[in-house]
Amino acid sequence: MSDERTPLNRFWAEFRENKIGLVALVVVVVTILLALFASIISPQDPYDLAKLSLMDSRRPPGFVGSGGYTHLLGTDPQGRDLLSAIFYGLRISIQIGLAAGLVSLTIGTALGITAAYVGGRIEALIMRLIDLQLSFPAILLALVIVALLGQGKVQLISALVAAQYAYFARTAYGAAKAERGKDYIEAALATPLSGRLVVMRHLLPNCMPPLIVVATVQIANSISLEATLSFLGLGLPVTEPSLGMLIANGFPYMMSGRYWISVYPGISLIILIVAINVVGDQVRDQFNPRLRK
Amino acid sequence: MNIFLHIDNISHIFKANLTAGERIAAKLGAKVETRSVRAVSDVTLSVRKGETLGLVGESGCGKSTLGRVIAGILLPTTGKVAIDGAPVMENRHKVTTRVQTVFQDPFASLDPRMKVGDIVSEGPIAHGLTTKPEARKYVARWFERVGLDPVWVDRYPHQFSGGQRQRIAIARALAMQPDVLICDEPVASLDVSIQAQIINLFLELTRDLELTCVFISHDLSVVQHVSDRVAVMYLGRIVELGPVAQVFGKPAHPYTAALFGSVPKLVLDADELVQFNSIEGEVPSPLSPPSGCYYHPRCPLATALCGTSQPVSQKVSDLRTVACHHYKKQLAEVLSD
Amino acid sequence: MIEPILSVKNLTTHFFTRAGVVKAVDGVSFDLAKGEIMGLVGESGSGKTVTGFSLLGLVDAPGRIVKGSVKLNGTELTTLSGNELRSRRGREISMIFQDPISTLNPMLTIGQQMKLAIDAHEPLSVRASEARATELLTQVGIPSAKARLRTYPHEFSGGMRQRVAIAIALLHRPAVIVADEPTTALDVSIQAQILFQMRDLARETGTAMIWISHDLAVVSSLASKLAVMYAGRIVEEGRTATLLRAPRHPYTAGLIASLPAAAKPGTPLTQIPGITPSLLSMPPGCPFAPRCDRVTGRCEAEPEMTLQNSRGWRCFHPIGQLAEAPV
Repeated sequence: MSDERTPLNRFWAEFRENKIGLVALVVVVVTILLALFASIISPQDPYDLAKLSLMDSRRPPGFVGSGGYTHLLGTDPQGRDLLSAIFYGLRISIQIGLAAGLVSLTIGTALGITAAYVGGRIEALIMRLIDLQLSFPAILLALVIVALLGQGKVQLISALVAAQYAYFARTAYGAAKAERGKDYIEAALATPLSGRLVVMRHLLPNCMPPLIVVATVQIANSISLEATLSFLGLGLPVTEPSLGMLIANGFPYMMSGRYWISVYPGISLIILIVAINVVGDQVRDQFNPRLRK
Repeated sequence: MNIFLHIDNISHIFKANLTAGERIAAKLGAKVETRSVRAVSDVTLSVRKGETLGLVGESGCGKSTLGRVIAGILLPTTGKVAIDGAPVMENRHKVTTRVQTVFQDPFASLDPRMKVGDIVSEGPIAHGLTTKPEARKYVARWFERVGLDPVWVDRYPHQFSGGQRQRIAIARALAMQPDVLICDEPVASLDVSIQAQIINLFLELTRDLELTCVFISHDLSVVQHVSDRVAVMYLGRIVELGPVAQVFGKPAHPYTAALFGSVPKLVLDADELVQFNSIEGEVPSPLSPPSGCYYHPRCPLATALCGTSQPVSQKVSDLRTVACHHYKKQLAEVLSD
Repeated sequence: MIEPILSVKNLTTHFFTRAGVVKAVDGVSFDLAKGEIMGLVGESGSGKTVTGFSLLGLVDAPGRIVKGSVKLNGTELTTLSGNELRSRRGREISMIFQDPISTLNPMLTIGQQMKLAIDAHEPLSVRASEARATELLTQVGIPSAKARLRTYPHEFSGGMRQRVAIAIALLHRPAVIVADEPTTALDVSIQAQILFQMRDLARETGTAMIWISHDLAVVSSLASKLAVMYAGRIVEEGRTATLLRAPRHPYTAGLIASLPAAAKPGTPLTQIPGITPSLLSMPPGCPFAPRCDRVTGRCEAEPEMTLQNSRGWRCFHPIGQLAEAPV
């Protein structure tokens, strides 16, 4: 008898061995923690308009403001402490990224697996719809939907879901079609077991690996897309400073030497997205050799 | 004859499943395969209770397709299958649990993400043969029956060897308490020494549980060993059917004779250690079978009649049939060897 | 004594995996004479395929040949550089693989593939390559060979594809061909045709062959001598007829006895109990001991190969000798 560990244990043991993936995972976890405890660790609440003072605006890093504490990363044009704004911004990015990712995952997987399992005209219909969807640039689609629905968290998440569910659907479809032909599915159906049971108990769990990979990448994409929309002023309202908006605010000042307003939010955004992508790559690579065996 | 499993005039055609694009391309003259495959043609078989029927043939002969039809996995284009009078499929669905299947590849037929105990208990729980709280004991009993340690119910398929996985597959089939067992090349993927173990297990279980079996294999020596009667298939048709000793000893169909003759046999006490002959030509593509008798292009006994007229199954003796215009000549030839 | 064309001594190939060292081939030695066909028999995990790969230097990381020597025509292969080995592979020693589908490049016609193979060692003009390719395809039994040069692999049946693979292997008139289960994936009747063909070809061209298989009957129809492998070692070797009629090693005897053809229909087959050992964690001593009915305390030590006139066995209690009293 070989290899006594459960599939999850084996996965984690292999994951641990790659140092870069591990570092990236740590970065992601730290970011999530920072975001979760943003309200506790931030020196200032950037949403509380009463606390802001225009006297503190556009100050460089290290400036001691009217609140009596040091602004480690400087302040933005509204007088917000940049460090606090970044923490809150990360929280928004992660909230929206996760929400959009998970909803897209659910909708996309349901569509893809249905198409693969049912086959026939329904399969053709769903997959043509997905193909159509995929031919639109995500950002264009998101812009249109935000223009239609207006601004706000729910509207933004809906736009992101609409732009992304197709990737999940396509991946789920491919995986489900491949698994559908395998003996263990045929054996389950031959018992006979109901289609519903076979899909939920056998097909779905075995389609998860590629979907998890797509999910990590798409969460990073959602974060990036949300930042883009906010940068263009079409994301969340001004009172909830997402990282994109912070970058946009600092843009006019880039040439006059007040770099920190755009650069620091920009760097944190990049670090988060890259870290998620690296973890996603690592997960994808790990699923592959196993499949080849 | 006391018929338990009746396979009535089964034919199955795999139609070319073309997408809209392919259909247009075909009309424009591109090389798209539009022909359909007659995987199984006009097969009628009866199996007695407790009997093991071997199904042999080379690739493309339709034995696997026929196996899946009998198991209720595939709805045939025409014909029906009945166990003890009750139909296996109705309204395009399998409506009985009395027939179960053991598949060829033990690596692919077990869900890699489920514990083996759950794999075996899933069917019985769904069909009321046991309950969730009782499942563990139920599975443990079947594990013991197939020679596995009941402690292993919580393990995953990848932790077992090929032979052990096949035992799990057998346990899964038997846990449904079937009357009929379809075995589709159950030992083909196993090592020779493990094959012997699984074959012995199969013989023991089918005897103890009085199972009626259809044993599909390309390995003639295995089929000869486990079957009571054997059916030989060629391009979707049954060319010969009868008791194993008779068909193997005195084949009535030229294909049967050629096929059996082409397998290298170790005959340790003869002068020539390994005996076999080679057959001419190759099995034609099932997309375009020959006219008349499918075997006539390769048959040493073929006449003009064979090229135009498809032979029907004729009775050679009580339990034996053959589909050949010149079977009497074939039998005579074998006797004179 | 004629110099053997291929001389393998103590070939050892290990795989250094994350889970540990897999001793796939553990000290294999044999000689192959010119024009001789040798059968390498064993089940999965016996090391027969890795042995074949090792002879051609095709073992990929994490595996490598750890020690031992492979002398082809007097040249030591294990110490050659990549380029030197490549110049010999296909020319002096070539290989036929099990799966005819993956051996041939689906994007090239048969003619193109054979030209590539010809050009790899001795480039010929287009006309000359075509002539050579046609000659070989005809030799392996492909009808209308010249026309077939323009067909793609998918237009061929499995048996035909394997014949093409054999033709490619013969292109440069190698001294040795290693065939790894070449007929296992083929139908019985095609297998029979190819076996007959290989027998004739070996005789005509004088090429020596190592036929790797798990099927005793198939390999015995061709090979004049057999080597039985178990757990990375050769446990018995000798002339085919003698070995099969009077096996000395209990594993060989068990294999022969467990064939369905050896028993009366419907009766239980003789089975070798247990399963093949994991090559990762082999207990000391004879690897077959856990499954052997002749085992004694002596078997805790590793048996050496006992050689007697081209007959060899690796066992303390060979059949034909009374089982000795336990030590």
